[in-house]
Amino acid sequence: MFSDFDFDVVINAIPFLWEGMQLTFLLTFLAITGGLFLGVLLALSRLSHIKVLSFAAGSYVNFFRSMPLILVIFWFYFLVPFIVGRPVGGFYSVLVAFTLFEAAYYCEIMRAGIQSVRISQVQAGQAIGLSYSQNMRYIVLPQAFRNMTPILLTQAVILFQDTSLVYVVGLHDFLVNAEIVATRENRLIELFSTVAVVYFVLCLSFSLSIRKLQKRFSI
Amino acid sequence: MIEMKNVSKWYGTFCVLNKCSTSVAKGEVVVVCGPSGSGKSTLIKCINGLEPFQEGSITFNDISVGDAKTNLSKLRSRIGMVFQNFELFPHISVIKNIMLGQEKVLGRTTEEAEKRGMELLHRVGLSEHAHKFPGQLSGGQQQRVAIARGLAMDPVAMLFDEPTSALDPEMINEVLDVMVELAKEGMTMMVVTHEMGFAKNVADRVIFMDEGRIEEDCTKEEFFSESRGERAQLFLSKILHH
Ligand SMILES: Nc1ncnc2c1ncn2[C@@H]1O[C@H](COP(=O)(O)OP(=O)(O)OP(=O)(O)O)[C@@H](O)[C@H]1O
Ligand SMILES: [Mg+2]
Repeated sequence: MFSDFDFDVVINAIPFLWEGMQLTFLLTFLAITGGLFLGVLLALSRLSHIKVLSFAAGSYVNFFRSMPLILVIFWFYFLVPFIVGRPVGGFYSVLVAFTLFEAAYYCEIMRAGIQSVRISQVQAGQAIGLSYSQNMRYIVLPQAFRNMTPILLTQAVILFQDTSLVYVVGLHDFLVNAEIVATRENRLIELFSTVAVVYFVLCLSFSLSIRKLQKRFSI
Repeated sequence: MIEMKNVSKWYGTFCVLNKCSTSVAKGEVVVVCGPSGSGKSTLIKCINGLEPFQEGSITFNDISVGDAKTNLSKLRSRIGMVFQNFELFPHISVIKNIMLGQEKVLGRTTEEAEKRGMELLHRVGLSEHAHKFPGQLSGGQQQRVAIARGLAMDPVAMLFDEPTSALDPEMINEVLDVMVELAKEGMTMMVVTHEMGFAKNVADRVIFMDEGRIEEDCTKEEFFSESRGERAQLFLSKILHH
């Protein structure tokens, strides 16, 4: 049956698949950046002595962590245009959904990271006269990021895979474009095995480099 | 310079500091000793407000440390502090460790901070290690960098919390030498240490703590003579026979 395989279809589809992959990459990158930024703010709020702030951040995190991602994506698809007052397109609503969703996870990672920095390091920063925000910025957060790099990157791999959910709002990512070609040419096996191999190779090589990084850091 | 009056601190119902009163005059070197858990670290950290206390008062050059209105960052920048486990910032180089406070707190330019940093590294004999990371240095070297980091802020007093107790024996002296030199230059110092040689050599006064109380507070001559209290004598005989 393998003689029936026609990988020319795949080769001809490369530009179209690459277009989809660009959306996948862009979404992953933007959601990581936004999610990290928001996640750090949430983590700082969660650890804050101001009760209202830590309660609000805690509720946010618990809320998003108990929602299925696909529901959040749907929800923002309808909610964002409603709030903004005009249609914003699938991409932006999905970007907002991913960013807010990821922020909840990054918050928990960064919270653990901040707590992994010894209190005596904080005191050393205070002792030279650094203010709270300077201490966070120059002493605590850099060390927290460093301690959490492997987990942050693992979360990035998960996000990369999760972006394939954008098909529910009709966006054309890598997977959707592959499916379009697959049904049009009636070459499901070729296309979907290609998709599987690409995801596998990308995620595996990324994971391997994380492991290398982990080894370097644990010395 | 440092005035401490009836300072008490509790962790829950546990009394870590019990009505501690003492003072340190300008240029004075005061050694604090006592058994583990007696509250020495807590006492010294109260002075620059790293630990809050519930009762009593501490003033540093007439500025009240416990007052909520006091700008603690500014106060701390004028008091150098050296920790038992060095506490250099592991993610930045040695010279950056010394420059950080100068730039961010004192507002010095990068060039000024680097120049002063190199001077101080030279002084503690480590100028060739400026661009290494703290983790690449030995304990004794790290502690000397930590002293340089404190001095970089041009402090008017220095606090030391067991600066040599995490060090291998052969490294203790390289750190003590730097401290002795500082003391002889007239730096005001409060030093928690069990190095009685250091106390005999440069201390003006010795404070002995036990169970959160200041049991003895006397000149070094008195402390090392027979006139001291029973508990201090017992403690001293223990550490001297080690
Ligand atoms: N955060 C805390 N919560 C509860 N108890 C504490 C806390 N920090 C310190 N203690 C207790 O306070 C007491 C005094 O601690 P401190 O570190 O000041 O002692 P020390 O004299 O410096 O001892 P060492 O020689 O071991 O450094 C100890 O019994 C310690 O267990
Ligand atoms: Mg101690």
